Amino acid sequence: MRTLLEVSGVSVTFDGFRAINNLSIDIAEPELRAVIGPNGAGKTTFMDIVTGKTKPDSGKVLWGEMSTDLLRLSESAIAKVGIGRKFQKPTVFEDQSVRDNLALALRNKRGPFAVLFWKPGMADVTRIHELADEIGLSDRLDHRAGDLSHGQKQWLEIGMLLAQDPRLLLVDEPAAGMTPSEREHTTDLLKRAARTRAVMVIEHDMEFIRRLECRVTVLHEGSVLAEGSLDHVTKNQQVIDVYLGR
Amino acid sequence: MTDILTGSPLPKTPTRRPFWRDNPSVVWFLSLLALFTLIVTLLSEGMGQGLISTSLVKILGMTLCLCLIAVAMDVVWGYTGILSLGHYAFFGLGGYAIGMWLMYARTEIVIRDALAADAIPPTEAELAEAVAAQIFGVVGSSELPVIWTFAGSLPFQLAMVVLVPGLLALVFGWLAFRSRVTGVYLSILTQAMTLALSLYLFQNDTGLRGNNGLSGLQNIPGFLHVPQSVISVWFFWGSALVLGLGYVLFAWVVSGKFGSVIRAIRDNEARVRFLGYNVEAYKLFVFTLTAVVSGIAGALYYPQAGIINPAEVAPIASIYLAVWVAIGGRGRLYGAVIGAALVSLLSSWLTGGGAPSIDLGFYTIVWTDWWLVVLGLGFVAVTLFFPKGIGGIFDHLGRKQP
Ligand SMILES: Nc1ncnc2c1ncn2[C@@H]1O[C@H](COP(=O)(O)OP(=O)(O)OP(=O)(O)O)[C@@H](O)[C@H]1O
Ligand SMILES: [Mg+2]
Repeated sequence: MRTLLEVSGVSVTFDGFRAINNLSIDIAEPELRAVIGPNGAGKTTFMDIVTGKTKPDSGKVLWGEMSTDLLRLSESAIAKVGIGRKFQKPTVFEDQSVRDNLALALRNKRGPFAVLFWKPGMADVTRIHELADEIGLSDRLDHRAGDLSHGQKQWLEIGMLLAQDPRLLLVDEPAAGMTPSEREHTTDLLKRAARTRAVMVIEHDMEFIRRLECRVTVLHEGSVLAEGSLDHVTKNQQVIDVYLGR
Repeated sequence: MTDILTGSPLPKTPTRRPFWRDNPSVVWFLSLLALFTLIVTLLSEGMGQGLISTSLVKILGMTLCLCLIAVAMDVVWGYTGILSLGHYAFFGLGGYAIGMWLMYARTEIVIRDALAADAIPPTEAELAEAVAAQIFGVVGSSELPVIWTFAGSLPFQLAMVVLVPGLLALVFGWLAFRSRVTGVYLSILTQAMTLALSLYLFQNDTGLRGNNGLSGLQNIPGFLHVPQSVISVWFFWGSALVLGLGYVLFAWVVSGKFGSVIRAIRDNEARVRFLGYNVEAYKLFVFTLTAVVSGIAGALYYPQAGIINPAEVAPIASIYLAVWVAIGGRGRLYGAVIGAALVSLLSSWLTGGGAPSIDLGFYTIVWTDWWLVVLGLGFVAVTLFFPKGIGGIFDHLGRKQP
């Protein structure tokens, strides 16, 4: 296990409001990590920073063996080094079929000319079917993604995340809108993915977190409040106070 | 088919269906275009019955060119979501590029013939001087501007038809997309570009004859003896051919994974970036490719119009283009064709004095005055009530084709 992503001393201010305050988090490869924290703690903003959506005012975000400075890369370049993201609000391409959504995410050449002449090979088709099977959308491949239920869109986005075959998966509230059995399936899937990759999951659902059986980081007001096993952090008095709003 | 062991459905083999089977509308379009071309030819003055006058053949040929630029506009706007209000500038540049050769080469022939009668044959330098004086006399100059250096070379000017719009689009697009200018700001920027271009062309000293523009473009050097009735049909054929090719090209571009990426960019470009696609590169590719095709369309249009002047690339022209595409139906190539053909033909009928005025007793509707109002209302009505445009009607027909 070695460090894959190293975030250190990062701060972000929105109109004078400090959303992220001197935040430092590391994740190794492979590792499964849960991130919890009350609403507005800065969990999503943290992912925005790592994926290049938000530029921090200060701090460092380093990636991989070469300690690449992610803050200097564009969103698409960051995705290409191997960081995939599932958004809090499921964002799939509603006007396109489930198949096309998955094909867009497949790990293939991304340049305009390569894409212009791209034809799905046997491997691509097999992969799409595997993924569809995994996310329970096999019989929906040729349906419009916009016609899926909220939970199915969540699944599709998870499928797109897997299709990218990233080294680091940033998963923002995957369980929202899912039935208990779907939640269980999601935890299995994430745990399996984390055998070979780094996976960071934001969730509010404590049962879900418990099933992940992993290290937990608690964020509060833009910085790390506690870190350790779920039992450890839930015994922490500060954490209890924050969650009870004291 | 299911896997015997797991019972899960086996993946289908990759779909290697031919392009035209997945795009029945392309086959329909090409068939109708071929039929239309045949009918116009058989009824033309130059080659057939004479039921269609030469000027009407020209109008129809020009309409085909407008359909082509509308298809290009649809790819930029309807598919990629970039509301460019500047594509008519590329159309005009294509027209200017070919117009320079047409005007230069024809003037040279005319002057050579005139001077041939002289006792002492003119030198090449004298000839060039006389051509320059003839072309630029109207703007009070007799020197050939630098940009006309190779105007006598058809291959060179043909290359310019493609290169000038292409390079302008490449540079403009690179600057604009790199700075992440999007939405209405990009539209305004493209309007500024056409405005700047037309103001530049309006000046007498920029070497393109100011507001006189280039004229006599209907006379094709080397075919000066061929009557216009025949030339008009040739250009009609050329326009139909290029429209057909352009249509197939764009249908191919928007049909595969590339089409999937650009529609995704249209719907949520930030999300596409997080999948690792360089959105700016795609936008630049589409912007430039469509600009080049617009230039080619313009190069076919203006020899049929006979004249090009800076007013042609006025900002409003590019706005009309967007209106055609909106009325015809964005995001479907045949929609753009329908919109451009319908609106531009209606426009030339109503404003060309072809349509009778309507006397209401207390007020007479003169179409030249009221056409823009009708167009405006039509635009609003389509946007409000038929967001899919006229082309939307055909969507279901297209789907049913196996
Ligand atoms: N673009 C922005 N502009 C201004 N304020 C922002 C912006 N993005 C986030 N914030 C603020 O930063 C704080 C952290 O937001 P963030 O979305 O990261 O919280 P979160 O931990 O993901 O919360 P939740 O659990 O509700 O998703 C919030 O107070 C939010 O209002
Ligand atoms: Mg959040």
